[in-house]
Amino acid sequence: MTRAPEPVQVVKQRRDAALQAMVDGVPYIRFLGIHFERRGDELTGILPYSHHLIGNPFLPALHGGVTAAFLEVTAIIGLSWSMIWEDLEAGRLDPSSLSPQNMPRLPRTIDMSVDYLRSGLPRDAYARARVNRSGRRYASVFVECWQDNRARPFAQATGHFTMPTPMPRPGE
Amino acid sequence: MTENPRAEAVRATFAQIPQVAALGIVIEELSEGVARMTMPYDPQLVGDPATGVMHGGAVSTLLDSCSGAAVGCHPQATGQTATIDLRINYIRPAAPGQAITARAHCYHVTRSFAFIRATAHDEDTSLPVAEAVGTFTFNAEPQVEA
Repeated sequence: MTRAPEPVQVVKQRRDAALQAMVDGVPYIRFLGIHFERRGDELTGILPYSHHLIGNPFLPALHGGVTAAFLEVTAIIGLSWSMIWEDLEAGRLDPSSLSPQNMPRLPRTIDMSVDYLRSGLPRDAYARARVNRSGRRYASVFVECWQDNRARPFAQATGHFTMPTPMPRPGE
Repeated sequence: MTENPRAEAVRATFAQIPQVAALGIVIEELSEGVARMTMPYDPQLVGDPATGVMHGGAVSTLLDSCSGAAVGCHPQATGQTATIDLRINYIRPAAPGQAITARAHCYHVTRSFAFIRATAHDEDTSLPVAEAVGTFTFNAEPQVEA
């Protein structure tokens, strides 16, 4: 017997609620003003320009630490998203149970290596992460960020992250 | 302690950086090729709401700022500095409620590149919370043509 496909609004609501809960629970993400856009399972981190993000007031340019933080946040949320996606779609994770007080544990950063390609201009920035390895104990994630031109990233990074304990499977 | 002659310029620059002000970072020490800075604990900077531990990104910004200042205080580095590469190891979670202090050492410069090592501690100084290795560029002062 084939199940009727779920109405699109139900699917979108479930996915967006899960993403929102994951991002809203972290004060530092709010401090930087980062939010995420979702197309299917693809996430884009958005860092809207704000004066407090400036690290070089003479150029002016975004602070290198802010760029590193934007890449790290995008990598962690991207990795978490790839981990909860399967549980979410299989119904093992109910997004209405997620709140800032009750979130899936996020992966922890072991190390990050940031390559600064050009200075971050005082305007919006975007970032996407790609999980290159995801094992039981750790993951390796590549992430890059750009501004006006997708083909000209202003920074890229590779980070390693410890994996949080997975959600229990039914029957476990 | 005698302040490095470049310290005044570094202090003046740092006083104008919005992100440094937003994080509440204060300069503790500037000497030849060395900088020390403290970032107070701030609930706005928490990365893990379950534990109250500050986000690694805030620690990155502290380490990057402190490293840039160490380069600025090196006698052979001139002009504005920019980070080319920063590699950070997060050794252990910082204790919630405690300030984080970073110390950066610019141990070598070439004509246009500077190399740094840095560590970050909370109140427990026996093991750093994070360590960094970085490469910076700086604008060489204009050379007078012979």
